Amino acid sequence: MKIKNQEDFWAGLMFVGFGALAIWLSTDYPMGTASRMGPGYFPTYLGAIMLILGAIVAMTSLKLGNGEKITPFAWKPMIMLSLGFMIFGWGVDHIGFIPALFALCVITAAAGQTFKIVEVLVMSVVLIAGAVGIFIYGIDLPFPLFWWR
Amino acid sequence: MDADIISNLALGFSTAVSPINLFYCFIGVLVGTLIGVLPGIGPVAAVAMLLPLTFNLDAVGAIIMLSGIYYGTQYGGSTTAILVNLPGESASVVTCMDGYAMARQGRAGPALAIAAIGSFFAGTVGTILVALLGPPLAEIALKFGAPEYFSLMVMALIAAAVLAHGSMLKTICMIVLGLLVGIVGTDVNSGMSRFTFGASGLADGLSFVVVAMGLFGFAEILCNLQDKADTASRDILNQKITGLMPTAADMKAAFGAIVRGTAVGAFFGTLPGGGPTISAFSAYAVEKKLAKDPSRFGKGAIEGVAAPESANNAAVQCAFITTLTLGIPHGATMALLLGALTIQGIAPGPQVMTQRPDLFWGLIASMWIGNAMLVILNLPLVGLWIKLLKVPYRFLFPAIMVFMAIGVYSVNNLDLDIYMTILFGVLGYIFIKLKCEPAPLILAFVLGPLMEENLRRALLISRGDPTVFITRPISAAFLVATALLLAFMIVPSFRKKREEAVADSEAL
Repeated sequence: MKIKNQEDFWAGLMFVGFGALAIWLSTDYPMGTASRMGPGYFPTYLGAIMLILGAIVAMTSLKLGNGEKITPFAWKPMIMLSLGFMIFGWGVDHIGFIPALFALCVITAAAGQTFKIVEVLVMSVVLIAGAVGIFIYGIDLPFPLFWWR
Repeated sequence: MDADIISNLALGFSTAVSPINLFYCFIGVLVGTLIGVLPGIGPVAAVAMLLPLTFNLDAVGAIIMLSGIYYGTQYGGSTTAILVNLPGESASVVTCMDGYAMARQGRAGPALAIAAIGSFFAGTVGTILVALLGPPLAEIALKFGAPEYFSLMVMALIAAAVLAHGSMLKTICMIVLGLLVGIVGTDVNSGMSRFTFGASGLADGLSFVVVAMGLFGFAEILCNLQDKADTASRDILNQKITGLMPTAADMKAAFGAIVRGTAVGAFFGTLPGGGPTISAFSAYAVEKKLAKDPSRFGKGAIEGVAAPESANNAAVQCAFITTLTLGIPHGATMALLLGALTIQGIAPGPQVMTQRPDLFWGLIASMWIGNAMLVILNLPLVGLWIKLLKVPYRFLFPAIMVFMAIGVYSVNNLDLDIYMTILFGVLGYIFIKLKCEPAPLILAFVLGPLMEENLRRALLISRGDPTVFITRPISAAFLVATALLLAFMIVPSFRKKREEAVADSEAL
């Protein structure tokens, strides 16, 4: 069997998955009745709607389509940006705002095509100076600047 | 026009022209234009990113600045569309066709000027419409009960799906997903935590800043990095822009287009689920249909710039009508603005107009002032915007990441928010890959809890009888409108038109 539209096929499967997940998670919450809805009522129905519509999307993709294909994923940027964000999120409280920002700048810059170390260092200094000026001195966000606070 | 409106507008202008509010408005439109000029970051991410800057302001200042950012981005987007054939955001995609053609013929000046004039005209009409339609609509909305609100939300969401690009079925799935994401957190009725996976940071639900930044900021950057944006040479016009003012013939040709564009924009802007992008495309299509010689379009027809630019601006202004009076956001950006109001401690809804008239009318007046500022600002600053476009993307995206990271973190000072942004960013990237439209998701995300609450209340009152939605006239009217929208999708000719419009926009 050949899939005519890969985009729709995977999108459909994704929605089926999310729908099933919503229904499954909602089994922990009381359903109640229509007049006295429990916390499980609304999400269960939403999950069911999504599951059905997703299945229709996936099934039609087998028959209809112009051979849409999914372009390859950009793994390196995805990993680098996520890593940069993660270190920032963890870092503000642990190593301070300025080191966390520095890590974020350098790691995200490495996600791009060209990485020139001098350029990136200059850019980081400019961005950090700007961010500290605006957010710490300008609007008083209460972040520790360094690990010694 | 009765005396009430005059006195209301007077109150609005007196609020808006206070030096501090003028300053916020100025900063808003300036930053908005700046972000609009930069490709790869749209209005949703812009508003979300700059939200923390407004935390310390009073409610009026905050909302004035944020809406300034919103219509400023629309404006900046068209500048780059004309000058470098690069739409700063999706509503100006259609402006590229004739705007850039005009620029290549050495008529960049008139193109920019007509875009500015058209936008200003549309903005003025939009402001008047908000002032005229707002109060009566709010009056009606005060009578809405739970069934009416629920049906209205159903209509808004279905309209968003019909008017969105791409497959409607997939968009409805995205909406349902958005509703589900919206109810993450503690259920107000039972106190039970839903979909939190035991994380205490999710007890209050996901912040819309997190979802918006992930889907619109993070995911966009991933997409741009994949497309090797840095190596793409940008065809920047180096010629000097001379002869800014359009000729009398230009004005004559554009006038009708501006008026029609404004009307189209006002229609789609007021309709829940519509928005600037669909307005711009429809206005362009109208002009092409009405033109004596349609073949001029795409080769520098001034109507092709005037109509969509007026339309998208009218739509932006009119979106405030339903957003402010009904408290039902109209699209992703409006959802963010309402979120900002909530952070300021103001519950959006029809009561805003009576409880905070200074806020409502001040915002309306400031929108008009902001539009005037844009005209004055934009034309002399064009040179600066062009310089800005020469900044390589490898410097831009880390800067955007820094602003996003600080923006997300500052909402709750919570590292979990940052991790959730990554999750939504990766998810958003997958959505783009699978051609699933993320904007309706965020609209649904904001409506999720409201919708559940109103459904629950409606069925509680009716003792579980679902016919309550069709026996109450206003609610029934909304549902009939929804059914008509869906029926339109089945009519082959309309469906074909919509597919053509989508194909046109994708071909660009």
